[in-house]
Amino acid sequence: MTTANDIIRAAEAEICRPWLRHVLSPGDWSLLATACVAEGWVLLAHWADTAQAHALFLDPDALTAVPVSTPVEAGRYPALSPSLPTASWYERMIHDLWGHEAAGAADLRPWLDHGRWPQSPPMATRPEARPPGEPPLLSGPERDEAMVLPLGPIAGRLDEAAHLRLTLTGPAILRAEALLGFTHKGTLTLMRGKSPRAAARFAARLSADATVAHSVAFAQATEAAMDVTVPPRAVGLRIVMMEIERIAVHLDNLAEVARLADAPAVRARCGYLREILLRTSEAAFGHRLLMDCVVPGGTATDIAEDGPRVILRTLGEIATEMPAIRRMHDAAALSSRLTGVGRAGRQLAASLGVGGVVGRASGYAFDLRSAFSTGYHDVGARLAVRSEGDAAARQHLRILEIEESLRLVGLALDILPAGPVTVALPQVSGEGIGCAESVRGDVWHWLRLDHGQIAAAFPRDPGWALWPLAERVLAERALAPASPDDIALIRASFALPASGMDL
Amino acid sequence: MGTPQPEPAEPIDRETTESLSARLDAAAQTRLGRSLAILHVNTGSCNGCELELRALSNVLYDLERFGLRFVGSPRHADVLLVTGPLTRNLRGALEQAWDATPEPKWVVAIGDCAVDGGVFKGSYAVLGGTGLCVPVDLTIGGCPPSPARILAGLRTLLEANAK
Repeated sequence: MTTANDIIRAAEAEICRPWLRHVLSPGDWSLLATACVAEGWVLLAHWADTAQAHALFLDPDALTAVPVSTPVEAGRYPALSPSLPTASWYERMIHDLWGHEAAGAADLRPWLDHGRWPQSPPMATRPEARPPGEPPLLSGPERDEAMVLPLGPIAGRLDEAAHLRLTLTGPAILRAEALLGFTHKGTLTLMRGKSPRAAARFAARLSADATVAHSVAFAQATEAAMDVTVPPRAVGLRIVMMEIERIAVHLDNLAEVARLADAPAVRARCGYLREILLRTSEAAFGHRLLMDCVVPGGTATDIAEDGPRVILRTLGEIATEMPAIRRMHDAAALSSRLTGVGRAGRQLAASLGVGGVVGRASGYAFDLRSAFSTGYHDVGARLAVRSEGDAAARQHLRILEIEESLRLVGLALDILPAGPVTVALPQVSGEGIGCAESVRGDVWHWLRLDHGQIAAAFPRDPGWALWPLAERVLAERALAPASPDDIALIRASFALPASGMDL
Repeated sequence: MGTPQPEPAEPIDRETTESLSARLDAAAQTRLGRSLAILHVNTGSCNGCELELRALSNVLYDLERFGLRFVGSPRHADVLLVTGPLTRNLRGALEQAWDATPEPKWVVAIGDCAVDGGVFKGSYAVLGGTGLCVPVDLTIGGCPPSPARILAGLRTLLEANAK
């Protein structure tokens, strides 16, 4: 039988760093989708430009990323979704933005396009003006006695705007369906035609709690496309910032889940620790959330002179509190509330390509820091994995990851090389891919430069994998039935994003 | 000697009670009589403003000590706290929230995006600031504004409301 690698080797390659992008015929593209399922390849991202449809796969055996493309002929390309269900939302997004139709797709309803844009499709060479239409329809209750519980997009939860529709019979959830796209800001058109330095502001605002990770992945993609190497000091500072972001967001999540699980002591402690860490970030790098601190070519500024000292003092304070926070999670009150809630199995997590805390809590041991990320081999990030897959396991992993990140920041500051923090960027053409492990999982950025300006780009946020998993977990009745009262807790424990995937 | 018993209470002095109650009312009116119920409305934010709004509830800012509290429905709200550039896809949701909020009501636009669209100005998917859809009473700029700045703005609103 033809393996996925056979299909790719037979195809022509285009230069894309650090992984060559192979251009497949429409027939081979469909064959590859089938072969990927058989060989356990994971679909990481699926997007398009005006001429081609692109997909990024992960080959878990060779531990390598595989970008592939197929030409769009007469506005159509073969759909991946019949073999790979996770491609469905991407196909709907591609149709909304570029107008390319996935032939034979499982679902052709709009995704980002709620019928409100003045022109369509916005990323096409010549978008056409059109009158306002109706927002996409979600499926109605399929049984007479079923009730529909709509949640969001305005839910009064200090959270991102997304719509979740639950179909209930009594206390049982029959079906959960998400509708996103509310926060679509047209980021890709705003990035197009700009220099990477100018476009980095948009990469940093895809998802604020992964702003460093998105900025690093975008910067790496740019640097790969230009074939430049950033100075070692910038690599070290990026690790410091990424791990500080991880600690801060994990603390925020621990506080939020504790609030929903009625554990005010945990909430107060974690909220306090997060706040002192954000103030430390401002003192060391000039921004509480570290937004715009990482730029293509290095970092925006060097760390403040007494930055390392104030960071280490705050990390010390957090480290002293962690044993108490762990004990409170182990105590009966909180652990009985979280155990068994929102359980996701390894098979499901792996097939949907869910990395991050949610994947690792289900036994799917994937972390870019141990696979691809630049600079991490110097500090040796250790990976924690649990197999239970429930909310309790996810909160435990978050605690473990905070402790590991505390160690990594200390180590990275300790071995921080001297020297410049930026490198000049040449005005060249090229294509590159970058990636970073955000707090929710793997972030990937692809871009193509034309004489130093962005011709096309696509960022893949972990939300593309997390939401489909959440839909399935919420409607799971056999293993661990979810109660409608648990919805907020499950959503918080998955840390479901919206803005990053709404583009 | 039997078991000691409390002495019977003297009759209450009505005059003292009334003067005390009047003083308490006046003090409570100035100290506690001001409160605002806030509904957060996301009109396309990147989640940065939300992170800083969540921080308002931590022990260092402790928003509720000022009589400010977040509520879950526009029907319970005095203030709509709007974040994000107004996306075309969320305009309807903001209008519905505004219509459902009882008078008197205020709108506070939080962050550069809600002020005028911020970096997302000019996109086909973004209309611009909150003011294009509902009347705005107070804007707090920043990307994102710090919790201290948001809190200062909300307290100004509280003072103005008390007058």
